[in-house]
Amino acid sequence: MEITADKLKTGQEGTVRSLACTGALRRRIIDMGITPGASIRLIRKAPLGDPMEYNVRGYELSVRRSEAKEIMVEVH
Amino acid sequence: MPFHIALLGNPNCGKTTLFNAVTGASQYVGNWPGVTVEKKEGRFRRGGLEVVMVDLPGIYSLSPYTPEEIVSRQYITDEQPDLIVNIVDATNLERNLYLTTQLAELGRPMIIALNMIDMLERRGVSVDTAALEKELGIPICPISASKSTGVDQLLHRAIHMLHDISHEEDVAGGEGQLKSRAAELHRELHHIHGDLHENRLPYHPIVKTFYDWKISAAVEAVEEVIRDLPGAGSAPRFAAVKLFEGDPILTRGLPLSAEQRRLVEGILASVPETPLVDRQMMIADQRYRFICGVCGRVVKKPRKPVVTLSEKIDRVLTHKALAIPLFFVIMLVIFIITFGPPGSWLTDTVSNFISGSLTDGVRQGLTSVHTAQWAVSLLCDGILGGVGSVLSFLPQIMILFFFLSILEDSGYMSRAAFIMDRPLRKIGLTGRSFVPMLMGFGCTVPAVMATRTLENERDKRLTVLITPFMSCSAKMPVYALFISAFFAKNKPLVIFSIYLLGIFVAILAGFILKRTALKGENATFVMELPPYRLPTLKGLCIHIWERLKDFLSKAGTVLLAASVIIWFLQSFNTSLEMVDDSSRSILAAAGTAIAPVFVPLGFGFWQASVALVSGLAAKETVVSTFGILLGAADETASAAALNGVFTPLSAFSFLVFVLLYTPCFAALSAIRREMRSWKWTLFAIVMQLGVAWVCSFAVYQGGRLLGLG
Repeated sequence: MEITADKLKTGQEGTVRSLACTGALRRRIIDMGITPGASIRLIRKAPLGDPMEYNVRGYELSVRRSEAKEIMVEVH
Repeated sequence: MPFHIALLGNPNCGKTTLFNAVTGASQYVGNWPGVTVEKKEGRFRRGGLEVVMVDLPGIYSLSPYTPEEIVSRQYITDEQPDLIVNIVDATNLERNLYLTTQLAELGRPMIIALNMIDMLERRGVSVDTAALEKELGIPICPISASKSTGVDQLLHRAIHMLHDISHEEDVAGGEGQLKSRAAELHRELHHIHGDLHENRLPYHPIVKTFYDWKISAAVEAVEEVIRDLPGAGSAPRFAAVKLFEGDPILTRGLPLSAEQRRLVEGILASVPETPLVDRQMMIADQRYRFICGVCGRVVKKPRKPVVTLSEKIDRVLTHKALAIPLFFVIMLVIFIITFGPPGSWLTDTVSNFISGSLTDGVRQGLTSVHTAQWAVSLLCDGILGGVGSVLSFLPQIMILFFFLSILEDSGYMSRAAFIMDRPLRKIGLTGRSFVPMLMGFGCTVPAVMATRTLENERDKRLTVLITPFMSCSAKMPVYALFISAFFAKNKPLVIFSIYLLGIFVAILAGFILKRTALKGENATFVMELPPYRLPTLKGLCIHIWERLKDFLSKAGTVLLAASVIIWFLQSFNTSLEMVDDSSRSILAAAGTAIAPVFVPLGFGFWQASVALVSGLAAKETVVSTFGILLGAADETASAAALNGVFTPLSAFSFLVFVLLYTPCFAALSAIRREMRSWKWTLFAIVMQLGVAWVCSFAVYQGGRLLGLG
């Protein structure tokens, strides 16, 4: 099933399929290692539910909810 | 001509730690303000070679979206360092090697420093460095920059490589100086013929294996087309990849002829983009695939991943319910220790020593050897009174810096940004502007410089504009002086209200600016949360030493000069005769001219005007100026004298003005540098003066209406 990364549950893992965003945000997300095939796991949400902290390629990355919506993931 | 070694790596991978470990505290370290970013240089000699090590800003990639990336990229392509030391964080190998694959394409000689190898072992992970070196074809040295282990071997190999690069062995059989002189000559020749030098390795052979055959073929074809273009000559492979990706900056910078453009477009057409995968995605994807392959072969992970201490700490510090309260508790504790009994006690001790035994001793000593009266006055009233009154606050400033450094070095700052992003966004700021704002409590200069991490120009400008409202530590002496004179009973309340007012004004200004002058979208919040690290004593000492050095040099230059000038201007009248009563001095005349502006604020007398103007040199000067003007040798005397000219209400109004008005020249020059615009710098000055005036006016007139004045 394909969902956007912000819909992942805490602790749930998904495989990146594609990115919907363009420009600088796309470049930044790609450079940080979120490329098709990469695993991404939601670690936690900030106290007010946004931003969100993911584990990707073995390190922790914080992304806003609005930005996570641009990342399409396949959940197992 | 010395050899140049460039240090490059991801942010937070220990670059500066290595830089300090290599160049040493005693080495010459210069700061050059670049257009947007500073790079640090350190010199050392080793193995008979003169080496300049350049610490470049930390970057994730060589794409052109942040100033750091542009500066680092330009430094390598334009300055052509003799050797790149790529620092790779072993605990974060995949993402760090991503930059390595880009650096390799720049075609400069390179060595990898595999840092934090000790942290890795603690997690039960091992990296086969010999195998990794073989896979990449790039020399690798495992190091721990914080413990300084492996650094010596790294340098040894680096120097060896420099020797090889300069073909030293072939050139000279001589000894020492002759040898290195020959190497230098040879190197200069290299530089002159740099562009013509075809047979020097244009890039690391490994770069040919990054992409699949289709992309590789396309990239190589593009490389053939652009090889001889100026601007691509030094790194044709890199330029070809960027052209393939459609990198806007590089594409604009390359003077392609119509024919070449047609050729390149033809080549690109052979690798069509799909709706989901464009060419930049292809390149990044394949780089990461290559890296994953390599890591799979050289990294050994334990069966069960160890829950790191960092993760356990984060479970508490970023906890859904606890995170925000904990943040405020941490800030409160820092403020209580800095301004409460421990900090005050230290300040009093130093202050008593300077104004008591030291000043008396100097005065008696000078008088006993019949020194001229004016000289005694200059030294005791001018210099000791001015500089001394400020010096006594050094302990408090250092305590505050100690804590801020811990927050910075431990990795908590980025958590603070993480948990506060949402609330801050409601008022138009971002979590990322939070770090510079917190640092603003220490000193506006580094705080303004920290806004560099903001990619969005609007967010950056906004943060630069409001950061000076966060009360910097240099303003502490001013508060302390006035509080001891007027609000001794309510000390914590007044201090707290001043700091709170600064935060409130910053938020309000941000709220208004975001809706008027700086309308627009928020920047991205794609930000790494680095693992917590125990701040090293050495790291903290460097932070504090930097601050101490800065403060002492300020005391020795700006404050000293200001004290002497103020003393002179207030001791002589316009006919250059020494006056007994400073109200007939040159300074009084000048101050009286400005004073009317401050009448509605409650401090429309010349001493206050002069103090505020002198505060532009450095905020501490406000205190020293009062010290001299009121003829008070120490804080107690100053406080007594202040009671003669201020009422509690006008004193508070004055404090509000000091809190909010234009920061010191050093901060202004940092603002100018980050804004890269005089217009915005001027805007900042006018806005801050305006805000300060309006707030003081409101406090004073409001207080009078309430019958407080």
